[in-house]
Amino acid sequence: MALYLNAALVFGSLAAVLAIGLIIAERFLVNYGICKLDINAGEEPLEVEGGQTLLSALYSNEIFIPSACGGKGSCGHCKITVTSGGGPVLPTETPFLTRGELRSDMRLACQVKIREDIFVRIPSDLLNVKLFDASVESVRELTYDMRQVRFKLNDPDEMIQRPGQYVQIEAPSPEGPVFRAYSISSPAYESNVAEVMVRLIPGGIGSTYIHNLQEGDPVTWTGPYGEFYLNEDLDTEIVCVGGGAGMAPMKNIIYSLYDKQPDRVCWLFFGCRTTKDIFYLEEFKALAEKHPNFNLIYALSDELAEGEQWDGETGFVHLAVDKHLEPNIDRQAFLCGPPLMIDAVMRVLEDKGLAEEDIFYDKF
Amino acid sequence: MSDTSAMVILIAAVFTNNILLSNFLGMCSFIACSSQVETALGLGTAVTFVMTLTAMINYAIYHFVLAPLQLGHLQFIVFIAVIAAFVQLVEMIVERFSPKLYFALGIFLPLITVNCAILGASLFAIIRNYTFVQTVGFGFGAGLGWLVAIVLMAGLQQKMRYGDVPKPFAGVPVAMIITCVMAMAFMGFAGMVTIQ
Repeated sequence: MALYLNAALVFGSLAAVLAIGLIIAERFLVNYGICKLDINAGEEPLEVEGGQTLLSALYSNEIFIPSACGGKGSCGHCKITVTSGGGPVLPTETPFLTRGELRSDMRLACQVKIREDIFVRIPSDLLNVKLFDASVESVRELTYDMRQVRFKLNDPDEMIQRPGQYVQIEAPSPEGPVFRAYSISSPAYESNVAEVMVRLIPGGIGSTYIHNLQEGDPVTWTGPYGEFYLNEDLDTEIVCVGGGAGMAPMKNIIYSLYDKQPDRVCWLFFGCRTTKDIFYLEEFKALAEKHPNFNLIYALSDELAEGEQWDGETGFVHLAVDKHLEPNIDRQAFLCGPPLMIDAVMRVLEDKGLAEEDIFYDKF
Repeated sequence: MSDTSAMVILIAAVFTNNILLSNFLGMCSFIACSSQVETALGLGTAVTFVMTLTAMINYAIYHFVLAPLQLGHLQFIVFIAVIAAFVQLVEMIVERFSPKLYFALGIFLPLITVNCAILGASLFAIIRNYTFVQTVGFGFGAGLGWLVAIVLMAGLQQKMRYGDVPKPFAGVPVAMIITCVMAMAFMGFAGMVTIQ
């Protein structure tokens, strides 16, 4: 009996001694004190606790850098410029940074640990990003696998967005919350709602979460992010090319555009596989009747099933773009869809005389 | 064995009784972390540090606490706990002073905890009835031996990149063969001194 007692006692006290030793060591080794965090060479640097990552220090100061993986260093979205105090570039960052980005001091904010005073540059756009509390206002089935979810903004209750921007919706996962990016499909003038369009991807964390949302459910997101800038020059034609869920930013762009400038020339090319994938056709037809300069082209890439009627285009969407657009007209283009589609459409648009800087795209 | 000087034990632990090449302990991180000489050197240093100090502490715990209380059978669990705590400490030190090495070692730094060479060194020192000074020599020598082996291996692996290795042997298989050849080469030292 004494033997067992001794054994437990010895092991217990040893563990206690080791634990105390480690706690003391941590006090001295992991304590970096308060460090200064300077953003865009501002006058008053933030004071943050050393030892945490740059991403979480910024997050706790309400500066939301886009990040999809929750700081695990696997998405590579949280790139910002660290001009000094970031330490050496870590092997966990190099796969995500190009040579040019390395030369311009780009780092992954989730991997940089704050150990000393640190100086960073953040685009002013990102400083406007806020954390929103919202609730589901309505859900609409667009097709068999596509849903439109409309959120009512609660706190803050207004979001200023540029057409084509996106939000990062927080979705729960077994390993803690993750963020998934979705383009805002509601027009910019509806500033107290936000609408997204989500295709259900089997096993997808974000899409499964959003497809299971019911009316009234609370949702959090950060936003708006994105670098789409709509050209407001009346003589420039707008070309929107979307595939599948790539319709979301296009809807936003088109409705925002016609709200302000009813006579602008705009083309919408939408590519999908079959008649089952078609949505918004009626709404856009109604819009085209109100605004004669709005041209609407839907293209189906698969063969029609027997007995189906279709008066639109057939074949891949870039062929439709090639067929309908006259070359050498002042245009700005927005593309959103699968990478192969974007690449094909880019080639067609460049043949039509569009400059690279007038083409905005989002591959997913 | 108690009359062999600590210095001899140290030399023997590096060459004739290399813990990796003659006992084949600590193979896992040896194979996995030997692609870069720099990383291998870092890991080897960390292992040597942990091995020397844990051998010393474990010696003291065994001879002053466990043996008098007839708790010798607890040595495995107690030694592992000491090693685990030490690795935690090393992790903090490395992270503080060399973040680059910290990330290069990745999971293999905490995995030093279960590097069997470290537990092996502590246990050998007990089994072979070393004195405290001999234990220090053995712990340090065994660590150094492991470091020598992994650095040699990393050097060879770096050269191997330019070699034309047959497809089925590329990667770990050829690393095993190299280890085998290295072990045979080290057998050339056998007979100079024996510490078994």
